[in-house]
This record gives sequence, C-alpha cells and structure tokens, in this order.
Amino acid sequence: MAKFTAKPKDLINIDYTPPKTEWMDTPTEIREHMFCHATKAKDLETVEFPNIHEWRPQDEDWNLPANWEQIVLQGMQDLLKKYRSFQLFMDICVRCGACADKCHFFIGSGDPKNMPVLRAELLRSVYRGNFTLAGKILKKIAGARELTPSVIKEWWYYFYQCTECRRCSVFCPYGIDTAEITMMARELLNLLGLQLGWIGGPVANCYMKGNHLGLEPHTIKSSVEFFLDDIKEITGITIEPTFNRKGAEILFVTPSGDLFANPGTYTAMGYLMLFHELGLDYTWSTYASEGGNFGFFTSNEMAKRLNSKIYAEAKRLGVKWILGGECGHMWRVIHQYMDTWQGPADFLQEPVSPITGTKFENAKATKMVHIAEFTADLIKHNKLKLDKSRNDHLVVTYHDSCNTSRGMGMLEEPRYIINNVCNHFHEMPEDTIKEKTFCCGSGTGLNASENMELRMRGGLPRANAVKYVKEKHGVNMLANVCAIDRATLSASVDYWVPGTAVCGTHELVANALVMKGEKERTLDIRLEPLPGKEASE
Amino acid sequence: MKLYEFLSENKTAIVSAWFNEILASYPSDTSNFLKNKKDRFANPVGQTILDGMEGLISQIIAALKNREGLDNGRTDPLLDGIVRIRAIQEFTPSEAVGFILGLKQVVSGHINNSSNGASEFSGNELIEMGSIIDTLSLRAFDIYMSCREKIYELKANEAKKLTFRLLQQANLINESRMSDPCFLNFKNTDKERKEVLK
Repeated sequence: MAKFTAKPKDLINIDYTPPKTEWMDTPTEIREHMFCHATKAKDLETVEFPNIHEWRPQDEDWNLPANWEQIVLQGMQDLLKKYRSFQLFMDICVRCGACADKCHFFIGSGDPKNMPVLRAELLRSVYRGNFTLAGKILKKIAGARELTPSVIKEWWYYFYQCTECRRCSVFCPYGIDTAEITMMARELLNLLGLQLGWIGGPVANCYMKGNHLGLEPHTIKSSVEFFLDDIKEITGITIEPTFNRKGAEILFVTPSGDLFANPGTYTAMGYLMLFHELGLDYTWSTYASEGGNFGFFTSNEMAKRLNSKIYAEAKRLGVKWILGGECGHMWRVIHQYMDTWQGPADFLQEPVSPITGTKFENAKATKMVHIAEFTADLIKHNKLKLDKSRNDHLVVTYHDSCNTSRGMGMLEEPRYIINNVCNHFHEMPEDTIKEKTFCCGSGTGLNASENMELRMRGGLPRANAVKYVKEKHGVNMLANVCAIDRATLSASVDYWVPGTAVCGTHELVANALVMKGEKERTLDIRLEPLPGKEASE
Repeated sequence: MKLYEFLSENKTAIVSAWFNEILASYPSDTSNFLKNKKDRFANPVGQTILDGMEGLISQIIAALKNREGLDNGRTDPLLDGIVRIRAIQEFTPSEAVGFILGLKQVVSGHINNSSNGASEFSGNELIEMGSIIDTLSLRAFDIYMSCREKIYELKANEAKKLTFRLLQQANLINESRMSDPCFLNFKNTDKERKEVLK
C-alpha cells in the first residue's frame, strides 16, 4: 500500500479544474450509468438489420466490420443524396450558439458535447473532411477531421444522449432540425450494427408481435380484463370491450406500455371507461397493439415498416378511422411522416366523431385522431357529465410532450380537458411549456434503467420547473399525454421532486367522469380512497 | 471585529469567490453559461448552486453569531439542492462534495487580504468555523450517498414495475413476497394494499 504523505493543507488544495482542450482533442470516456446496453443479435436478425455482431459499449474493441469506414461514408453519401434537408443542415450552421444552452442534456450535465451545435459538429466534422473541398484541403482549419473508431464511439455516446426533442430547433435562426441530424447519425450507427437493446428489442417485438413488449393476443386481452375488474370495483359497472372485431367503426391504438406499467395502466382504464360511457363502436386490436414506433429511433425504413401495421390492421378490420391513445412520438410519426410513407389512407374515411359530428379535418390524410382532440371535442359539446370535485385532492400541472407540442402543435386540447375535469391546475413557467417545453429526458429509446444517471441529467430542467410549481402552488400531480412521459417522469420526479405523482390526462377524465348507473364512488382510479368520499368500514 | 461580522461584511465577495471555485470544476464553455445565465429555469444548475451557497454562508454566519451550532433543518435543503445535482454529474464522490471544504480556502484568502489578517480573529473562532465547515462536508456526504442510493432504487423499481403485473397474472409471486413492503407501490387493489399494511 502506498504511503499516505499528503498534508492536511494539500488535502484541501486539490485542483478539480478540467483540462482546457479543444473539443476535437478531448477524448470521450464511455461511462457506466450513462449508456444503454447493446442489443441482442437475434433481435437485429429478426428485422434483418446489417452487420450484426457481438459487442459491448464498455469494451475497448467494438468488433466493427472490417470495412466499417466504407460503410459509414457510403451511408452518409446515400443519406445526403436522399435527404436535401440533411445536406442543408450539414452546410448551413454558422455556429451562432443560439441552440447551445437550450438542450436539457447540456443544462443538466454541463458537458459541452451536449450543446446541440457541438453534438452536430461531431457529424459535420466528418462530413466536411470527406464531402467538402475546403475540408479535404484545409482539414482541421476548416473544422474537418478524420473518421476513426474513436469518432464512431463518440457518435454513439452522444447521439444517444439526444432525445430528438427539437427544443434547440425552436431557437435556431435557420430552423435546423437537430433531431434529424441525430436521426441520420443513428441510421449510420445502425448500419454498423451498433443498436441499443432497449430499442432493438422493442423493434423486433413490434415487428413480430405487434407491440414493443412482445405481448401476445391472450396476454393483451387478460391485461385489459384485469383493468375491467378494477373498474367494476370502482364504479360497479361491467364493461365488455371487443378485440379484433371486424366492422367496428373505429380502431383504437395506444402504446402497449399503458397495458402493463403503472401509472399508464390507469390511463388505459380511463379509455375503457370513456368509450363505454359513450357507447362507442370501437375495437382494440391485438395485432396492431402498439401506438409507439421505436423503429423511428433506428431508421426511416424501419419506422415505415412498423407504422404500416396499424394501417394494414385498419384495412383488415374494415374500420372507418383510427383513434389513437396518449402517446408522444407516435404522433410525430403520424403527423409528419405517415402521409409521406403510406398516405393518403384512402381506404379509410375522414374521421368524424360519432358523438358530436365534428369532422377532424386535421386528420384528413392520416385518418387518425389523437384522443385528446376527441375528448376535448366531447367536452366542448357538453357530451360528458363530469364531477371535478373527484380530483380535488390533486393539484395538477401539465407537461407538454415534445412530440405532441413541437411535433404536431397540440397545445390547448389537453389543457382544456384538464381544466374541465380538475379544479386545481397551475401552469409551469412560460419558457418551460408548450413549444418551449423541456423534454422528460428519456425519450427516443433512452428510457432504459441502466442509463439512469443520464436520465436524471436530462430530466433536471423539466423537474426543476415542476419543483417550482410544487413549492408555489402545492402541485402534487404531473399530467401528460405520453406513455414514455408516464414511465420516465415517475423516476425523474422521484429523484428531483419527491412527493409528486405522474398521470395520463385520461386518468383525470376517468376520475371525474360520472357514468350512467355507477355506484357512489369511494375510490379513485388508483383504487385509493377518494378524500371526503371514503367508504365507511 | 468578530469573525461573523467579517463574513457578513464580505459575504458578497466570499460567495462570488466560492461560486467561481465550484464553476472551475466544469469545462470553461459550461462555466461561462452557469455563471452568466441568470434565469433559474434556463440555468437550474448555476442558479441552484449560487442560491445554495448564499444560503449556506448565511447559515454559517448565524451559527458563529449565535454560538448554537448549525441549524440542519435549514442547511440540509441548501446542501441537497447542490449535491443532488453534482451526484449525477461527471464527478467522483470527492469532487461532488469537495466544494464545501473549498470554502475554508476562500475565507482564508479573504482574511489574509484584509488589513490585519488572521491575527484579528481569535483562534477559537477560526477553529469553530472550520468545524462548522467540516460538519457541512459530512452532511453533504450523507446527502450524496442518499442520492446515489436513490439512483439504484429507481433502477430496481423500474424493473419491478415492468414485471409485477406479468408475475401477478401468472401467479408467480410468492405470497410471502407479496407482503414485502417493496411491492406496496405496485399493489393493484386497495384491498391488497390494506392486506400488506395490516
């Protein structure tokens, strides 16, 4: 054992100052708790992804294919040719820095490579070095660098520290969509077989079984039946939903996470109760049983393949239109990509609410309506009997999912619903909501457990705003319309703002919904006693 | 002049120097942002650290003045704000909490630069201040550990949440395990929860 010779004075004289090196000369250390495990080869084989091989992020050698450099450069060339936006985003940035401090990962981590401008430079530097004359000649002076295995590791580490939330894009004077830069980088990494387990597994499951969790039809059905028992205990009402029913008017598709993990399960109970009360002619599908699309985090082609199953099932069942549950990235996919991939879905009809007659003209091409739009319309037309006081024990704030707010512009509908089912609602500060909302910190397939430290860093700015309204207004419930939010914000607020719960908006609707023939409610949707309405023992 | 009076008079300068000290543990691009962005929502790390440091200095001054020791009820939340952030950033444990000990040097520097230097203050006062800072440092370590334990608890809870309903439906959860308090949050019915709490 080394002799301990430090004097007390020396002990308080340790210099923690990091070395001052340029970003290109600062090596990337792949740290535990910051990354997700590698995917299993069998999952990649299922969807026929290229260059499948065994590797571990913490290992020195990632066993890259022999011609890895050629794969990446050819891949980049293909993407530049295919997407003019990518070419533009590579060329146009003037490094003004407007985006630099807008990223939740930079704000929470303090790591400069999490500045969106610098994260994009990780890719741009290779683009310049290989695809621009100035970069080829002037090299580092022109911001170019060589492609090396270390660069691949750096890409992998940092492009999986971006949730494609697009907050930085709101502030970019050129409108550069940094999320699309991350998508391109992830496509390139996917070409090398460097996929995450938390993404590759759900993609394979969804491709084979229709949902991320790999739930088979009987499991889905029994999960829903589980909810029905709870609903009966709460309301006394027996609900009998249908599955895979041909000829139903509406196909309902929601993220599979809502079927299994709390608090998403309570949101699923809310859907069941609402549809029963309306007498809606709808069906669940055990095949198109996933609203989310983790393929979106691998490649454009994979996202398209997974998206198509929803429409194939709608066609098979012969429904008129599709109603979608509370999800985030599902709606970015539907709103911004679906119509280009598969549309227009002419075999379906333009969605019309059978209850109010409202035409959802915004869904004319996709034929798919977000449940928040559907429910807000019901409330607007006074079609629901609501007892707000059943949510009086909750002081609610609302977190805009990045994808529903920035991706599809749905800002007011969830708020309208919450204000009609709750008496106590408080907004978080202006710069942290709506178009400028902070990400939950765990989207785009980063909601694994092994990277919890990363998730807490990314979750800090959102949680910080929640903490503010908790201290100011006593907020105890963080509502949202996204399954990943429900799953991941629970952990984030448990660390940063203990004593705050997370719920889907339709859980609040279900609490307030006065159903025909229901018994006097003494329990809320979580089967907790309703304050002031407890059953006498 | 008493030491607490000196600290009160120089509070702004001491907080500023201490803040600069902790900022130096971040890369320079980051420390500029942490220092200059004053909005608490745009810059929660910088503002939480600054607010925490101001509060801690006030508490140290109060403890020296009243000679009643630290009020942990007030200092713990201030420490928690800073340490909770540093516990999940790119720091070793000693780096995460070491900033507290750094205050000794910051105060020493100010004392040495004052007209009379350390001779102005009694040895007891200086020892007392050192002891207060040591206490803060130890409590910061407790908070750091609770934060790290929380991270592991969150990981474990997520795994349980994902599998609980499946195990329950498959009737694979042993009755004795069902009564384990760690499953309490995952109970599905009020009746089940009441059973456990009995």
